[in-house]
Amino acid sequence: MGERVLAWLDERLGLTTIYSVVLDRKVPKVNWWYTLGSATLFVLLLQFLTGILLTVYYVPSPDHAYDSIQYIMNDVAFGWLIRGIHHWGASVMVVLVVLHMLRTFYLGAYKYPRELTWITGVLLLLATLGMGFTGYLLPWNQRAYWATTVGTSIAGTVPVVGPFILRVLRGGTELSAVTLTRFFAVHVWVLPALILLLVGVHLYLVIRIGISSIPTEED
Amino acid sequence: MTKKPRYRLSRREFVNSVLVFLGSLMGGVIGLPVIGYVISPALKRQRSDEWVSLGPLESYPLDEPTPFTFTRTKVYGWERTTNSYVVYVLRRVGEQVIAMSNVCTHLGCRVKWREDLQQFACPCHDGFFDIEGNVISGPPPRPLDRYETKIEDGILFIHFVGG
Repeated sequence: MGERVLAWLDERLGLTTIYSVVLDRKVPKVNWWYTLGSATLFVLLLQFLTGILLTVYYVPSPDHAYDSIQYIMNDVAFGWLIRGIHHWGASVMVVLVVLHMLRTFYLGAYKYPRELTWITGVLLLLATLGMGFTGYLLPWNQRAYWATTVGTSIAGTVPVVGPFILRVLRGGTELSAVTLTRFFAVHVWVLPALILLLVGVHLYLVIRIGISSIPTEED
Repeated sequence: MTKKPRYRLSRREFVNSVLVFLGSLMGGVIGLPVIGYVISPALKRQRSDEWVSLGPLESYPLDEPTPFTFTRTKVYGWERTTNSYVVYVLRRVGEQVIAMSNVCTHLGCRVKWREDLQQFACPCHDGFFDIEGNVISGPPPRPLDRYETKIEDGILFIHFVGG
């Protein structure tokens, strides 16, 4: 019965084709440094899962942001675990993404015909840093508040348009409730959507072109 | 005697079983806490069990349901929430008294005493109750809920049990 259902679905969806194209790809003999992309993807999915779960209780308002996180940490079952994974996962993401980039750079994997994979990768790096920057404000504690004060001030040092950028980032001249909600929106809607899109393109290219082998002396 | 051929695990089978084992382990470690995380507030009960004073019985008119409002504050998650409750007090001759909740027994809307109809009316789905809270017409499955009452030194109390 199960097999017949699977066969029925397979005939219509082409599941075995997807499986063989995605997972039975031919890959050159490479080393553990080549697993950093998959590691990043794994942590990214964890971030998505735990992030979605955090929004069940988190409130992006100066009145309740801090208290709702205290509630998650102290009263909700495994709240400390879910938030802990999200907190540490954020740092792990940045570390993995940077190592992944260094591997690609030093082993020359960004060259023809993989330029677009590299470019989407750079955009993903920026998006990851953007996630870190916007997520840092959300706990609305002293560290979050002053880190964002400093971070947005740095953006304000840009010549000519700096003050304008500063006000756009903060949604006004001061860090306020408006800043918190716009950082929340970017953290929860804008950047995740962008990341999903870019990861889609990035993975499509990896599967379509295949991964590069380790350069030899002749290269 | 034929020797049973020793089963050799192929590299692929080994990798597959390790993957399945580690995958289930990770899925379990993350998946099971998620269930607790999502449902835990639903399992917390804040029970209230107290006698609420409704003032002197004498102040309630005879044979006319009179609303009494009181509030109770509870902590829900990160916020203190004050809910108000309305009790309809129907005083009969002697020390007979009925204290009814204004929560419709159908789907929880609030009923109102309509003096012109001499009935409690629920605005949501046209449920009607008589002066003692019995269903006259409409969808309510049972009469209005009643509070246990007691009178001490002429003061009316209701037994307020919540949670």
